[in-house]
Amino acid sequence: MNPLIELNDVLYRYPLTRKSALRHIQFKVTSGMVMGIIGVNGSGKTTLCNVIRSFIPNFYQGDLQGTVTLKGKPLNQYSETELSQLVGYIFQNPFTQISGVKDTVAEEIGYGLENLGVSSKKIQKRVAKMIDLLNLSDIKDKNPFDLSGGQKQMVAIAAILAINPEIFIFDEPTSQLDPAGTTKIFKIIQQLKSQGKTVILVEHKLDLMMQYIDQLLVLDEQGQQIAWGKPEEILASFTENQTIALPTATRVYQRMAAQHLIPIATNKVPVTQDEIVQTIQNFQETR
Amino acid sequence: MTMVELKNVSFSYDGQKQIVHDINLAFTAGTATAIIGQNGAGKTTTVKMMNHLLVPTQGQILVNGEDIHDRTTAQVAHHVGYAFQNPDDQIFNNSIQKEIEFGPKRDNLPQDQLQKRVQVAAKMTGLSEHLDEHPYNFPYSLRKFITIASILAMNPETYIFDEPTAGQDHLSRQRLSKIITQLVAQQKCVIVITHDMNFVAENFNRVIVLSEHQVLADDTPQAIFSQPKLMTRANIEPPEALSIARRVHMATRPLTVTTLVDALKSK
Repeated sequence: MNPLIELNDVLYRYPLTRKSALRHIQFKVTSGMVMGIIGVNGSGKTTLCNVIRSFIPNFYQGDLQGTVTLKGKPLNQYSETELSQLVGYIFQNPFTQISGVKDTVAEEIGYGLENLGVSSKKIQKRVAKMIDLLNLSDIKDKNPFDLSGGQKQMVAIAAILAINPEIFIFDEPTSQLDPAGTTKIFKIIQQLKSQGKTVILVEHKLDLMMQYIDQLLVLDEQGQQIAWGKPEEILASFTENQTIALPTATRVYQRMAAQHLIPIATNKVPVTQDEIVQTIQNFQETR
Repeated sequence: MTMVELKNVSFSYDGQKQIVHDINLAFTAGTATAIIGQNGAGKTTTVKMMNHLLVPTQGQILVNGEDIHDRTTAQVAHHVGYAFQNPDDQIFNNSIQKEIEFGPKRDNLPQDQLQKRVQVAAKMTGLSEHLDEHPYNFPYSLRKFITIASILAMNPETYIFDEPTAGQDHLSRQRLSKIITQLVAQQKCVIVITHDMNFVAENFNRVIVLSEHQVLADDTPQAIFSQPKLMTRANIEPPEALSIARRVHMATRPLTVTTLVDALKSK
């Protein structure tokens, strides 16, 4: 079976710049996988999302090298319409995702479907379902520009969910949200996963992210891929520094090892709360 | 010394629904306070009244002991600086230098003093190398530092940062911590709205919980995070270290990775 998404030695330079924003990006994502991308601000996470959705090179010029294929077919052989149905992209900044041409939240949620030529009856049904799913009924008649940052983020997500694509790119979907809203988004990601959707997730909230991802891509501050694999395995070779942040579970584990409370593992470390709780319980029993 | 005081303050946009209801708070020099609570709790509305971007419908706001009701926002901004939640609501100049110097320039500061202010603000926010660049060439998360720098350059007594941690990586969070520590050491009054409870646990001694338009609690992070009922009511998650400690039935309540591991060690 072809991998759903495949990047092969991808390098990209923005126009009028000398430094590459991305270099040596190489990974394969299979259908149904949840993939996380981490790296400091400016390491190319959003740029990489733009490549996968082909906003680079379709809307941004510059120098793109290497190959990107979806379902075995190079990205440049897809039409923009095909891509918008195949890949749903929730922008980092909800303030820029809202179309600005619709007067109500409900219309905004249906705007993508409208552009794809879906019948208005179907749109209404689909929009009603999204409003229900994300508890947006209180704001459905409001102007999207009158919403708070967190509410805008929810509306942007609803608009993409309405299109029901195969691949979802979430670029820091919870940056404007409170803990309740954040939990809601991660529940949606969990649901998408159980429906067999493929998810690419950029997120700084590592403690939460680690509970949901299968594979992790790490970018350094130069936009270079420095690790790709199962998070519990690749994070075993890192300590927190200028390049990489670690989840709380891994930090606790490393501190415990540094203080000789537990032996240092080199091939696998706890990355989630459940895993570090297990480690501490084992440690408590040996006391 | 009390820098900002809210006395029985209420606010409503439409004269009916109260967004802030009867709030009493005082903020002193040389302290850092976190304001937490759900989206829609009234956090941004509360702080916007402190620098006169919004005027209370009831009650009184004192800045440095004086009622600001009849002052202009520009006058209050000399004493209380507010960095917006959405940096794009604040940034309007075409270079970072111009953006940072906009406020102090209007005070007719001598050129050397003005440049000194810009340099100090740029250094604290990590922007020294980028002063000639266009703010919109920067990612959202770094544009937040531009808004913070322009407040620093005004050199007010009170600083309000509205969700500065949103979308920030660990390096930027460390930079924010350092800015807060430096301001507190200079006897400034710092007020920060945030949803990041790990950041709250590591950087603040006082936490105000807003819930349903009122002050639900005003205490130390230790006291706030030890009250599960309060946390549920305000829809707040504890810091990750405390969640871990609870699950392994530790006797103490560590809020950070360091205190958690120390407690495990000394057991």
